Amino acid sequence: MKKSFLGWNGRKRTFVLFTLALVLLGVVTLWGQLGAEKALETDFSRKDLAPCLAYPFGTDWMGRDMFLRTLTGLSMSIRIGLLAAGVSALVAVVLGTAAATLGRRVDSVITWVIDLVMGIPHILLLILISYACGRGFRGVVTGVALTHWTSLARVMRGEVLQLKEAPYIQMAEKLGTKRLAIIRKHMLPHLFPQFLVGLILMFPHAILHEASITFLGFGLSPEQPAIGVILSESMKYLAMGKWWLALFPGLLLVLTVVLFDVAGESLRRLLDPGSAHV
Amino acid sequence: MKGYGIWVGRKVVRMLLLLVGVSIAAFVLVSVSPVDPLQTNVGQVALGSMSQEQIAKLEEYWGVGESPLKRYLSWAGDFVRGDMGVSLLYRQEVSHVIGVKLKNSLWLMAAAWVLSGVVGFILGIVAGWNQGRWPDKLIKGYSLLIASTPAFWLALVLLMVFAVWLGWLPVGLSVPIGVEASGVTLWDRVRHGILPALTLSITGVSNIALHTREKMIEVMESDYMLFARARGESVWAMVKNHVLRNISLPALTLQFGSISEIFGGSVLVEQIFSYPGLGQAAVTAGLGSDVPLLLGITIISAAIVFGGNLAANLLYGIIDPRIRRGAAKQ
Repeated sequence: MKKSFLGWNGRKRTFVLFTLALVLLGVVTLWGQLGAEKALETDFSRKDLAPCLAYPFGTDWMGRDMFLRTLTGLSMSIRIGLLAAGVSALVAVVLGTAAATLGRRVDSVITWVIDLVMGIPHILLLILISYACGRGFRGVVTGVALTHWTSLARVMRGEVLQLKEAPYIQMAEKLGTKRLAIIRKHMLPHLFPQFLVGLILMFPHAILHEASITFLGFGLSPEQPAIGVILSESMKYLAMGKWWLALFPGLLLVLTVVLFDVAGESLRRLLDPGSAHV
Repeated sequence: MKGYGIWVGRKVVRMLLLLVGVSIAAFVLVSVSPVDPLQTNVGQVALGSMSQEQIAKLEEYWGVGESPLKRYLSWAGDFVRGDMGVSLLYRQEVSHVIGVKLKNSLWLMAAAWVLSGVVGFILGIVAGWNQGRWPDKLIKGYSLLIASTPAFWLALVLLMVFAVWLGWLPVGLSVPIGVEASGVTLWDRVRHGILPALTLSITGVSNIALHTREKMIEVMESDYMLFARARGESVWAMVKNHVLRNISLPALTLQFGSISEIFGGSVLVEQIFSYPGLGQAAVTAGLGSDVPLLLGITIISAAIVFGGNLAANLLYGIIDPRIRRGAAKQ
């Protein structure tokens, strides 16, 4: 056996990783919130600065601190992601379990709807919904919230279908346990971890889609420091050699998404009995 | 074989029904929009200075004030007959606009689709074969990182490096500026397509590589692989005889299912490289309230996605006799 770091076992390490990812994400969100006022400050005496110690991400053509702008943008992305993932997860659970329990007709209708939503390319669907809401902030939030439930709904449906056939559930039924009791005592403990992991792994998608749709110019107004807006602005200044405007905000966005992935994966490893004791 | 035919027929009918569903959903979405097409495209100032008759004429042009159901039926009726309406921004037939844009996009998407599929498949096999060793760790790390990277940022970075910094490739568009259409060579087109296609391929690789890796690990642990090794088969013989046959089917399904993602990526990538394709037209239509064009693009892209799924289903049936027989029995 290889001697591991600090003598911790795998479970401990995974737990620390999970906590660390959550703390970092919390810091980004809070910092961005607190610096929101300062992120809008313009100061022409310090415009177009390349990254330095005082301004780690440099400043833009209006002398705005890119580091603070990026954090503010990310903090908004994370909050939109939270809301979107919450709504989508709820829809997924309700539809997924309904499809699995309410009989064949309901099942085929819900499966059909899932196929339908998945058939329209995601970005195009976001454009359509954003258009339906009259663009703007509301369109982005509604679009991102309403389009991420499909794959989790499929997973939930499959899980419940499988559970219904499981011997211990069938036995409970034969023993005359009440339906609600079966759901609460036997099904939920099994479904909850799946749901939680699915929920966390939904964030990265939601955040990336939020960034994409604002990047395309749907939704947020140009002066709002959203990550998509920052990157789409930076595009105009690329040819002038201002590489830092695009590079660093994007890197931080990638880091945020990776952190959510790490959090979700480590949580899955902690909860899944197959890998919990590694 | 007759049962198989019925099964195929069912799949086709299901696909058509889904397309009708998509058209209704898309139509409902654009109908509830509070965006006033007149305000967006004519402008408040111009509207103020117009007479009532002119405004009424414009309202008729943009279809303001009719009932949604009536509009849907007339639109769908025309659509089926091949008349998708007139694009309000391009002032041309929607079918014509889509045809031109699709031609530009199609080879871009096809190149990215094939490239990402082949490269991802090979990377997945290599990673699964070396499970736990450094090639596996490298490929897995790369795939996970790329899965977290937004396509549009990757496009920006590539643009920065290859077009602005090194100056090897053009910054945007699909043909050089200021050159007549007849003077555009194939090489010009390829040069303009390299960066967008590369971006799409790089992002497309991760999904298929990860899935193939999982399948590969499964195959590596199987008894028949153990036996093949014990017989002393060469690496190539093992890959050819046992690996490829078992993992190409799931990979194929996955790759056909990824058309929707490639399309989504192309919307972003085309926007950045100012590549005049279908994706860019979709963004223009969405921002400019060009409803007929937006609807047309939605239906066409959904048809392509469903077509991909159908193709995957049919291929499955052709390659795997068990599925064909199973389908015929149903």
